[in-house]
Amino acid sequence: MAYPANYRYTKEHEWVDVKGDIAAIGITDYAQHELGDVVFVELPKAGSKIEAGKTFGTVESVKAVSDIYAPASGEVIEANGDLQNTPEKINTDPHVAGWLIKVRLANPAEISGLMDTAAYEAYIASQSKEASA
Amino acid sequence: MTDKIKKAARHTNQNEGLIFEKSSPGKRAFELPPLDVADADPAKALGSSYRRDGVEGFPEVSEIEVIRHFTRLSTWNYAIDLGMYPLGSCTMKYNPRVNEFVARLDGIATEHPYQPQELSQGCLKILRLLEQCLLEITGMDSITLQPAAGAQGEMTGLLLIRAYHEKSGNPRKKVLIPDSAHGTNPATAVIAGYEVENIKSESHGQIDVDKLRDLVTPDVAALMITNPSTLGIFEERIPEIAEILHSKGALLYMDGANMNALTGITRPGDLGVDVMHLNLHKTFSTPHGGGGPGAGPVAMKKILEPFRPVPILVEKEVGRLALEQIRPDSIGRVKAFSGNFGVLVRALAYILAYGPGVRQATEDAVLNANYIRKHLEGVFDLPYSLPSMHEVVFSDALQKKNGVNTMDIAKRLIDYGFHPYTTAFPLIVPGALMIEPTESESREECDLFIDAMRSIAREAATNPELVKTAPHSTRVRRLDEVGAARKPVLRWKSPVSRTEAADQPENRLSVRSE
Amino acid sequence: MRYLPKSPAERQEMLAAIGEKSIDDLFSSIPDRYRLRKSLNLPGPLSETEIIDFFKARAAENSGGYTSFLGAGVYNHLRSVVTDAMIQRGEFLTSYTPYQAEITQGTLQAIFEFQTLMCQLTGQEVANASMYDGSTATTEAVLMAERLTGRRRILVARSVHPEYRDVLKTYAKNSGLHVEEIGHATNGTLDQRALQAALKDDVAALVVQSPNFFGVIESLAPLADTAHSSGALLVVAITEGVSLGLVRPPTEADIVAMEAQSFGLAPSYGGPFAGVIASRDKFVRQMPGRLAGQTTDSEGRRGFVLTLATREQHIRREKATSNICTNQALCALAATVHLTLLGKEGLREMAHQNLSKAQFALAELEKIPGIRRAFEAPFFNEFTIELPRSVKLVNAYLLREKIIGPFVLGTAYPELTKHALVCVTETTARTEIERFAAVLRRVLEQPV
Repeated sequence: MAYPANYRYTKEHEWVDVKGDIAAIGITDYAQHELGDVVFVELPKAGSKIEAGKTFGTVESVKAVSDIYAPASGEVIEANGDLQNTPEKINTDPHVAGWLIKVRLANPAEISGLMDTAAYEAYIASQSKEASA
Repeated sequence: MTDKIKKAARHTNQNEGLIFEKSSPGKRAFELPPLDVADADPAKALGSSYRRDGVEGFPEVSEIEVIRHFTRLSTWNYAIDLGMYPLGSCTMKYNPRVNEFVARLDGIATEHPYQPQELSQGCLKILRLLEQCLLEITGMDSITLQPAAGAQGEMTGLLLIRAYHEKSGNPRKKVLIPDSAHGTNPATAVIAGYEVENIKSESHGQIDVDKLRDLVTPDVAALMITNPSTLGIFEERIPEIAEILHSKGALLYMDGANMNALTGITRPGDLGVDVMHLNLHKTFSTPHGGGGPGAGPVAMKKILEPFRPVPILVEKEVGRLALEQIRPDSIGRVKAFSGNFGVLVRALAYILAYGPGVRQATEDAVLNANYIRKHLEGVFDLPYSLPSMHEVVFSDALQKKNGVNTMDIAKRLIDYGFHPYTTAFPLIVPGALMIEPTESESREECDLFIDAMRSIAREAATNPELVKTAPHSTRVRRLDEVGAARKPVLRWKSPVSRTEAADQPENRLSVRSE
Repeated sequence: MRYLPKSPAERQEMLAAIGEKSIDDLFSSIPDRYRLRKSLNLPGPLSETEIIDFFKARAAENSGGYTSFLGAGVYNHLRSVVTDAMIQRGEFLTSYTPYQAEITQGTLQAIFEFQTLMCQLTGQEVANASMYDGSTATTEAVLMAERLTGRRRILVARSVHPEYRDVLKTYAKNSGLHVEEIGHATNGTLDQRALQAALKDDVAALVVQSPNFFGVIESLAPLADTAHSSGALLVVAITEGVSLGLVRPPTEADIVAMEAQSFGLAPSYGGPFAGVIASRDKFVRQMPGRLAGQTTDSEGRRGFVLTLATREQHIRREKATSNICTNQALCALAATVHLTLLGKEGLREMAHQNLSKAQFALAELEKIPGIRRAFEAPFFNEFTIELPRSVKLVNAYLLREKIIGPFVLGTAYPELTKHALVCVTETTARTEIERFAAVLRRVLEQPV
């Protein structure tokens, strides 16, 4: 699966799609593949605050629960309600329909510190190499 | 496929629905003797607490249907009575039947924990003798039989450690836990109010003793060690580890799950362990029963004795035992009454059967594990080459090349008539195959197991699809675990439930979902 | 040794196959200094017959031949021989935890049935596959309430079983929970005014037991309303499950913690028993313990698996909802068989006999001068009486008549100096109740 060109990525395999001061956040195709079939998602409610580097929710598969780390700070405007009934969207369409939350960024500059598509693709390539070494 | 499989064959077995699906009003399975007093009027006696209609949906079946129902269900299970469980760290040994018999005796099964102690000397003697035997086996000074299982024993042990440190004025903050540890270790440390610091194993899968020196700060309350480790390898430097901890005022906790490699050969108390738990449902043969009950006694050195959970068994005068409820420094009670007494009875019966000869069980367990290791080395990848004790850990590295992983191999092993070994644990071995035969396996059963594993390895190379889609011979094929977790169905519901709607309270409390 | 399936010759052959000379060599990784050179000092070895004789001798030193009026969290009830016939089957007794679902459908379906029965009994939506016992189930229910509300203050009725409260204190000390006790009103139920006074919006849960330790049935609806009005959850502990045959289930509770010992488990000097947690579907992810769920296999057949395992220690490790691993599976199976045997009518009839005998016993005892019923609220099969003199001394007298008298409430409640908790079940013969009353009358007629 291709990684959208205009997104930014974190080392914890989250993606961020910024439009103005609103950011959509999700987990990447690499992350969903590692997790396996997603069965449940725990997300913060609209109005709550998230802090860069801290966890804001979890994505649960049959064999693991993954904490999701905030790539930037801000206030949650919306959580993806679809995921309650169809968490599998995270597996089938992690970069678009599988979005987790939308946030009003407190400090949009934080995003520039994240990896771009090329950097992220290189990063996961090195991770895979390590795993099979 | 079948001419290679010597241990098991297909056999017709019965289907059986849920008991609720066989239910029909008016059927009875058990009748009570007639009431010998006047009938009470429940509406009058209970007022608004009266449950007018009985338990809705409760089954109504006859005795023969109950017998057939559960008998049929039982035939769908694998069990030790049928054959080997090579499950690492579970010690699936024979559950002696005399243990079941004595636990059910009138005068043993019938005793009430609050009956007068002068009418309970038999029970108390059983507890006392078991305490003495376990102290002899572990080389420790004092013991509590109260914890209901290994995890509860771990919690008790950590609470003892905390109480000890608190008495010196500083409970400390952290517990060090190797990354190879069983999941109950970190889960328990958190419940005991400690932070967990995971420590990386060195290249042989052992605790990195040289790094340990730096890791043991005044904040460290204890290290939780499993010995032999979850790789089945003896932690040779355990006395040094104990010394490092003690020099910084910290304590050494030992997870006793692998005692089956040590009983009669060496004693944890002699090695420097301060406190440990035992799993009676592992080393001491009490039955797993589909997941429990067990018992997790905790043995300790003298320094921790004052903190033992109450009640404490004491000898008042010669030949008179009592349970004392008051101990000022005790951590309190971890479970109601005095422990899983019925399980304790079984463990004592096991020890009495062996006596000092219990060493031989350990020797046979280690012999079986090494025999299996020798015959599967080269067939499966062996990530850690130090000598194995009662269990051996391989990995699926060789089979992964064809896309076959440990879970697939385990499922295919089922077709060969065995229960799978432990898959994907310990975490430090990716794709682990953790094998512990125990002393209960004959040479024949070991050979059948070895044959089966070799055959599966060949299949992984020549016909990987066969392995990846296993098992093929079971009542049900691989089950949809994802669906079960996404839309959990955790009970049967009657098709029409008129009270269901009526019973939904109006105001549901709203709580946060995190 | 009869449990070891090896002959000396086979051992030698296996050693040779490994390339080792002696068994001792297999232990070379243990430093010499720490290898035991002589055998452990243990009793035995005993033959099967000798083992049985040993335990029979111990059994003879216990309470054979006595009639008991003890309850207080452990109850004598009828058990069918069919229960043991089922749970003694090797495929249940010696089977492992059902992690490999394809070869443990028997255990898994039975767990699913157990979970269903527990929901039906308690009126809750979901129940787990067992905890160690009622005391730890109650504690785990409190920890669950803490996770759900994020609050740390717990209000516990003093009329909850004393040992359950002790266990809660032990766990609470280390989880930063603050536990306070609420006393009882004159009729034996929870003191609602004391509750109102103590309740603030920092309370995670109110914990009550019903029937409570005095035998009294609590009125749960007002307690639920009060707790919920402050955002606290209602946890209801049940030690005598047979009561649910005739007593309304605690549907107002957010979490129920029940002891299943009354459902076909012998008293066995205090264990093994089986605790259960039952609650609302929406709280299931915060519920500790195993859960069996229904699903289908790749060919569409119905089957069962352990599910929502990510809550548990073997995956979640330090973030697990509990550290529990081994539970009380075989005990839960025994309860399942027992309740299936009793069925709807059998459980109701058993409960009815308990209620009737207890009413009869109370009436007989109230005829004795000096004895009065202590609490007016409704009871099931246990009730509290007040005697004109020390219960301990009265019990000593009863003991000489081969009667194990009622529980001395003063040991757990210092202010209830002359109070006794009498338990009567369907197993207590009328003649024994009458004899108990007669002996009691005689004791009290004697000068002090």
